[in-house]
Amino acid sequence: MADSSIQAVAPEAAASGATPGPATKIIRGAIRWSGVLPFAVYVALGLALPTIAIAIGAFKTNAGAATLGNIDTAVHGTYLTGLRTSIELSVVTAIVPGIFGLLIAYAIHTAKRGNVLRRVVITASGVFANFGGVPLALLFIATLSTTGVVTGWIKDIFGGFNIWNHGFTLFNAFGVSFAYMYFQIPLMVLVILPALEGLRPAWREAAENMGAGTWQYWRYVAGPVLFPSFLGCLLLLFGSAFSAYATAEALTGGTVALTPIQIGALLNGNVLAGQENLGYALGLIMVVVIAIVMVGYTILQRRAARWLR
Amino acid sequence: MRKSKAIIAVLAAGTAVLAAGCGSSPSGGSSGSGASSVDWSKVTSLTATGKTDMANLIKAAEKEGQLNVITLPSNWANYGTIMTDFSKLYHIHISDAIPEGSSGQEITAVQTEKGQSRAPDVVDVGTPFAVEGATDGLWAPYEVQTWSNIPANAKDANGDWYADYGGYVAIGYDPSKVKVAPTSFASLTNPAYKNMIGLNNSPTTAGAAFAAVYAAALANGGSFSNIEPGIKYFAHLKAIGNFVPTAIGGPTTVQNGTTPILIWWDYLLASEVSPVVKGFKIVIPSDSSYASYYDQAISKTAPDPAAARLWEEYLYSTQGQNLWLQGFARPIELSTLVSSGTVDKTAYDALPPAPSGSLSFPTQQQQAAAENVVTQNWAKEVG
Repeated sequence: MADSSIQAVAPEAAASGATPGPATKIIRGAIRWSGVLPFAVYVALGLALPTIAIAIGAFKTNAGAATLGNIDTAVHGTYLTGLRTSIELSVVTAIVPGIFGLLIAYAIHTAKRGNVLRRVVITASGVFANFGGVPLALLFIATLSTTGVVTGWIKDIFGGFNIWNHGFTLFNAFGVSFAYMYFQIPLMVLVILPALEGLRPAWREAAENMGAGTWQYWRYVAGPVLFPSFLGCLLLLFGSAFSAYATAEALTGGTVALTPIQIGALLNGNVLAGQENLGYALGLIMVVVIAIVMVGYTILQRRAARWLR
Repeated sequence: MRKSKAIIAVLAAGTAVLAAGCGSSPSGGSSGSGASSVDWSKVTSLTATGKTDMANLIKAAEKEGQLNVITLPSNWANYGTIMTDFSKLYHIHISDAIPEGSSGQEITAVQTEKGQSRAPDVVDVGTPFAVEGATDGLWAPYEVQTWSNIPANAKDANGDWYADYGGYVAIGYDPSKVKVAPTSFASLTNPAYKNMIGLNNSPTTAGAAFAAVYAAALANGGSFSNIEPGIKYFAHLKAIGNFVPTAIGGPTTVQNGTTPILIWWDYLLASEVSPVVKGFKIVIPSDSSYASYYDQAISKTAPDPAAARLWEEYLYSTQGQNLWLQGFARPIELSTLVSSGTVDKTAYDALPPAPSGSLSFPTQQQQAAAENVVTQNWAKEVG
């Protein structure tokens, strides 16, 4: 936008004869761009510099010599398993909460504006979507561990039925996915709601006037319009799950290999010494995965934006 | 590395010039203090008399008036009391950076804060990190006055680092929930312990959990050079449903019943779980005794070199060693304290009796190999 407006001004100024000098143009441009300066500095310090540091560290030995060894180790053995498990876990905890979140969001979307329940759900989603880490793990342990409150209730209600004796556990990949739902579903509600709000009632009316039923409306009108947004939201959930760390660590104690946990062990652990650069290599791989996800997200958003302006 | 060596060379040259300057004035420096002519960062042990004796060290340290320590939680191994007592005794202010930090963060701080007045003077790290620091030339060798009381396999021959306190891998349990008392690793396979047994954390992250796997290996036909049986043991415990692999094992998970049986260091079970769980019991498993000690080291680039050395002398004095013991940590010179009768009897009796026989530790090569085996296989076999 900024680019085109600058170009639009320039020819007009040239034609009027009262040409401002090139210096004035530069100053005007500088003023225009100065607004984003704080953000640019923030991005440079908070994103670009650390990324560069990680990228450089990934290709260095501890002694500082160049090497491909870290990357090589990072894509073999337990680290490869970790990456695969991380991606699988993130895909599952993006799709399942994505579907639930869409249904909940649609339910509140159809409710009247100003409806109390609708407002409560939106506010609560904002809170729960940001709840995570060790507190979340402790919350699940307090409610659903062997001696948890809910486990106890189920026992009381169903005549001593102990879910833990029938395959339920919090302390594996299933437990982690289960805990992730807690913040992923509300996150989905928050991010998909604007897309639902963008569906215009006029479209539905128009479709119905032409004889379309509910199924046909969803199949040929709303579905295709929503689909890119829906996929975009799934990618966001994927990124959220992919980078989550403390909850999984607290629940599984490293028995489920996940890349962020492995990085933690390499950089902050008390066991492995002197392998920080391997941690950087794993970090770089995560950056690449997230970069791919972000590019996908941008492309889908662009497609969705055509209809949802 | 090259860069840091250059800095050290410049510093060394600088101090040489300073020393020469001092030497040229026979009065011994304008301040009139005898200690000022000593470069304490180069002192590797105290002498009985002369410029580098204890009295002069105290004088120089008090003049610095500051000591930077790092990652010392006040409720860990009695460090709160130790720091307060040291401060009071010598009028030296102690700054404790990131009290809840890890050994890895200590090493990073020594490297990245080099040359700043807030850089760590002394560290308390796990042995792999002490060795890494020695390899990277981060430590100033120093031998405390009681150096000979530290077992030879628990210190660097060059004096770069030296074991300070530690303990044994032990099994702690809450008798109100655990009806049959566990006595050994073998006994933990009892089906009565379903969903009961926890480690404090992941063995790929925490030294204590790693040690528990090592100890389990020793109990199951493994050795210092073969930790695999320990991983197999926990995989078995998990398969029969006894092992709860949470990474937040501690007083809370014992209290709320998530892990009524917790495998951890004896001193941490005694100091952190016993006070909050009534009747809590601690045993050193009869089929394995695995001990591990943390290490002290002085930073080569310590901003307060005299205070750093005085701190070490204090820690390895009878008083310092007993203070650790009062925090349930076994000081490295414990056997000397016991044989000389200077041990704090009450504190000593609070710990489970130590297994007989002398201490043995894995070598650095064995330790490093075992770490890689656990890192590669833990998730694969136990998960």
